[in-house]
Amino acid sequence: MIRFILLFSRQGKLRLQKWYITLPDRERKKITREIVQIVLARSQKMSSFVNWKDLKLVYKRYASLYFCCAIEDQDNELLTLEVVHRYVELLDRYFGNVCELDIIFNFEKAYFILDEFIMGGEIQETSKKSAVKAIEDSDMLQETMEEYMNKPAF
Amino acid sequence: MYDGGFQNGILNGVGGSIKKIVVHVTEYENNNFLFPQAKYISQCIDEIKQELKQDNIAVKANAVCKLTYLQMLGYDISWAAFNIIEVMSASKFTFKRIGYLAASQCFHEGTDVIMLTTNQIRKDLSSPNQYDTGVALTGLSCFVTPDLARDLANDIMTLMSHTKPYIRKKAVLIMYKVFLKYPESLRPAFPRLKEKLEDPDPGVQSAAVNVICELARRNPKNYLSLAPLFFKLMTSSTNNWVLIKIIKLFGALTPLEPRLGKKLIEPLTNLIHRFIASGNFWLQTSKVKIVIGAALYLGLLAMSKILKTHPKSVQSHKDLILQCLDDKDESIRLRALDLLYGMVSKKNLMEIVKKLMIHVDKAEGTTYRDELLTKIIDICSQSNYQYITNFEWYISILVELTRLEGTRHGHLIAAQMLDVAIRVKAIRKFAVSQMAMLLDNAHLIASNTQRNGICEVLYAAAWICGEFSEHLEESNQTLEAMLRPKVTTLPGHIQAVYVQNMVKLYASILQQKEQDGEKEAAQEITQLMIDRLPQFVQSADLEVQERASCILQLIKYIQKLQIKEVPVAEEVIALFAGELNPVAPKAQKKVPVPEGLDLDAWINEPPSDSESEDEKPKTIFHDEEQRHSRHRQPEIDEEELARRREVRKQEQANNPFYIKSSPSPQKQYQDTPGVEHIPVVQIDLSVPLKVPGMPMSDQYVKLEEERRHKQKLEKDKKKKKQKKEKKGKHRRHNSLHTESDEDIAPAQHVDIITEEMPENALPSDEDDKDPNDPYKALDIDLDKPLADSEKLPVQSHRNAENLKSPDTEAPLVGKKSKKPKKKEKKHKEKEREREKKKEREKKVAEEGKKVNIYEMSCVSNTYDIQGNLQNDSQVTVSVIFENKSTSFLKSMELNVLDSLNAKMLRPEGSLVHDGIPVPFQLPPGISNEAQFVFTLQSIVMAQKLKGTLSFIVKNDDGSTHEKIDFKLHFSCASYLITTPCYSDAFAKLLESGDLHMSSIKVDGISISFQHLLAKICFYHHFSVVERVDSCASMYSRSIQGHHVCLLVKKGENSVSVDGKCNDSTLLSNLLDEMKETLSKC
Repeated sequence: MIRFILLFSRQGKLRLQKWYITLPDRERKKITREIVQIVLARSQKMSSFVNWKDLKLVYKRYASLYFCCAIEDQDNELLTLEVVHRYVELLDRYFGNVCELDIIFNFEKAYFILDEFIMGGEIQETSKKSAVKAIEDSDMLQETMEEYMNKPAF
Repeated sequence: MYDGGFQNGILNGVGGSIKKIVVHVTEYENNNFLFPQAKYISQCIDEIKQELKQDNIAVKANAVCKLTYLQMLGYDISWAAFNIIEVMSASKFTFKRIGYLAASQCFHEGTDVIMLTTNQIRKDLSSPNQYDTGVALTGLSCFVTPDLARDLANDIMTLMSHTKPYIRKKAVLIMYKVFLKYPESLRPAFPRLKEKLEDPDPGVQSAAVNVICELARRNPKNYLSLAPLFFKLMTSSTNNWVLIKIIKLFGALTPLEPRLGKKLIEPLTNLIHRFIASGNFWLQTSKVKIVIGAALYLGLLAMSKILKTHPKSVQSHKDLILQCLDDKDESIRLRALDLLYGMVSKKNLMEIVKKLMIHVDKAEGTTYRDELLTKIIDICSQSNYQYITNFEWYISILVELTRLEGTRHGHLIAAQMLDVAIRVKAIRKFAVSQMAMLLDNAHLIASNTQRNGICEVLYAAAWICGEFSEHLEESNQTLEAMLRPKVTTLPGHIQAVYVQNMVKLYASILQQKEQDGEKEAAQEITQLMIDRLPQFVQSADLEVQERASCILQLIKYIQKLQIKEVPVAEEVIALFAGELNPVAPKAQKKVPVPEGLDLDAWINEPPSDSESEDEKPKTIFHDEEQRHSRHRQPEIDEEELARRREVRKQEQANNPFYIKSSPSPQKQYQDTPGVEHIPVVQIDLSVPLKVPGMPMSDQYVKLEEERRHKQKLEKDKKKKKQKKEKKGKHRRHNSLHTESDEDIAPAQHVDIITEEMPENALPSDEDDKDPNDPYKALDIDLDKPLADSEKLPVQSHRNAENLKSPDTEAPLVGKKSKKPKKKEKKHKEKEREREKKKEREKKVAEEGKKVNIYEMSCVSNTYDIQGNLQNDSQVTVSVIFENKSTSFLKSMELNVLDSLNAKMLRPEGSLVHDGIPVPFQLPPGISNEAQFVFTLQSIVMAQKLKGTLSFIVKNDDGSTHEKIDFKLHFSCASYLITTPCYSDAFAKLLESGDLHMSSIKVDGISISFQHLLAKICFYHHFSVVERVDSCASMYSRSIQGHHVCLLVKKGENSVSVDGKCNDSTLLSNLLDEMKETLSKC
């Protein structure tokens, strides 16, 4: 099970965080700080896996953004890398050539995409097509409702 | 699709835009103006608070969205929890989505308003819009609490058989979270979960695999029965994600069922070939650079797996692994360390540790060095020091480790020193000499206050020197080292041990001097103590102060006696008589509780709260507690002392809980038996002892090698002799002599004392399990049939929402009546299924006895694919089969006599009159649900279909074939889908004029209008568009797209319903049905 996912920039700024375990805020902040430090301190030549406490951190850097997952001991590291990559692909497909700014300015969309892909720390949809379709459909729903409300009768 | 930024968002229109905040924040970030940002944010929060006070939900949602962003930046937004719930309950998806996102980001178990969400979530779960349901499930997965899990378990379970795969897969995944929070739900939900493994939708299937794998990994033995199913999936599935999960699962199952291993070989090799052929799906996506690092990492990982089964083959790669310790990447170094742990043997332990020590010196960064240190200690101490052949070497390694600067693991080293010194009797002499050296050089260790961690070893050193002082060669010098003023800078608990042990030391010196008749020397040493002790009496640490002043008085008393020339040594040394034996860490727990002793009962009445505040903390004492009681007031004369001692010993002898000292308490006067066993290894210790901190373990390595060599030679000689003798008698043995672990005899005959356990201790492994392990609760036998008490709690009728339909509270046993059963009701609420059911109870007489009572209830529902209603003329009938008999039911088959209009959808290739097999069997008392799809041509009229259910009843007497007839009633209402409609759209629809009209009037209605509307909504799938006083407009839509509008008016004692619909037949049929419902009110 994935315990949590963090996205942060090379400067250590948090861009997205998703926790699949419930922790108090203070604990979360502490963990985030610690992990960002650990990952940023590693050179690019090093492997993408770090043991941290009883968890394994699997991270990958895309341009200026680090995607980092914390998984449990028995989980497969490579599968997790693949998860990270799949998420980036989904973002890319949705935003079209995604960049860090897309995620900063549309963080809620980035969350929605993640929610369609992973739920409760487990992969929910392995098909890129269905995941993107679900997001677009719910966006459509939003659009039509908005149109609806923009009518003078509302 | 996405068209860039916030232009499309309605959030832009109202309140301050989020974009503004984001831009500000990023600008500040880039320019690093920390303070302005904080100021700006506090302004923002004030603004948000204003927005949250407004009535407009759009403004609120916008504010909550901004809060979500601020939360990510690290600001506390828990104060807005209630507003988040408000936004969650918005009817518009746009806002609901934002509300749930905010909730999933900031709610946790401690959030108190979380219980307010239960009803809202339940409502959303049963929403007609699949995305509402989806967003609720996703949110819930992040903040589910035990309470929510209990209340919603049943709703979610129903969703697992939802018609839409999108909902099914989410429901399946969230079940895992529910199980964790509410383990009781596992057994009732498991059959359905198992079913989902064979779901036609690959997404649902993979979700089910994920959940079951996760469950099985924790408690594999409960899931062994699923192995064949997974085996089938593994050979048939083409989804790599699912395959990897399944292979992992088999990894957990194989140790429990050895036969599985053989079976798995073939499919696994096939899979591996496939992966290789497809060019390893992972390699394609990653940069080569990462691959190299990862490959090394994986190689090491793989080796550690191999190590478990084939240790020899890995051991040959020792050098390679040691090389990995030089790698820049910490993960790789740590993996290599893990490997080393498993690789050591008696033969290579010294060598490996030597290499590790070199790395310790070279290591940069305290974390890695600390890791090395703990690994060295782990490696050496594993399985009760199994691999250590020379303890002198080990002690010297420990001493060398004390040179580490800034380590946090001083206490670990100290614990090892104590453990070895206590348990390996033969090593005590050597250990004491080393510890004396450490004490002498304490200033090196404790000089830097930052090296705090390591001064813990002084604790061990002082204790060992004191406790085994008879082995000390230069006791005077050690005593003096312990009395140095510098010692007062040490942490309190170490000083306390110092004080305690210097008395032991003093006692042994005193005895020695008295025996030798050196009275002056004895008095001198007493004087030294009296001179130096006051510095401890002034200590800030209470424990040190207390012990020091106590001891000071004792020694002053001794001095008085000495002046009178009374021999005191015997008495003083008696204070510390007896030997301490190691006690197993779990010994205390294993003491059996005597019968009739209730440990939880109060012995005295509990003290009032105010008193307890005054109580002092008890555990300042470390392991000295027992001996602490031996400090007596010096006024007590020797006789009294001896008498009390006797009494105490008597007490202890009778006390089963006291760990008894060895039979001869005066033992330390003689040499301990183990010491004689210290063999030839008479090394010249003078050099290393005088030069502290010099690496000296190396010489042990050499000595050990020489010794082994000698041993080997001797052995070989013996063997040759034997061989010579055997020559002629036996054929010559050709095998080469290899040195194996067993051949290496330990340097000392060390008898490692096993830790003491109380007599008649209870043998159990239970204490190895962590009672707080959240997964332990899920260790449930899933094969046992369900008991009634285990059913999931179904929402009770006390709920305000349900009060609208009061008659559902009436007992629902009515056979052949049209009242919905409780079960349907829950289905209905949650799944918004259209329902019409027949329930039948049939008694089957067999051999004159009433044997089986089978109950069937059917729940039908429709597919509603939005925007595509015209093509959809299908209705899904969910049937719940409940086995009320005591026999096992299998091979169930459902058949329906098709009419022209309605046909059951049969699998391709089957004939019109074939039945459809029900995909499960029913053990006694179990109910399960199956779904059947019917196609309908016209929906304007109600339909009745006749059908039969055939099955085989299996009990102890054998099996019989049985049948039950039933009727399926498709009412017109069951073709309607509850569809919300806004008043303006409703008005337009009525104005359009292409609707037929009809009306009914029912007299004698006594229930309130509110309840009446609820009934119509509930049974006939309408939604209220608008309600004014006792008049309401309602709307619904059929699966084939007919609009149905109603105007319901309530008079004094009557209700009139005017309906408008595209199809007049449908309308009149609907109104007839409605009349029947209303007339029962």
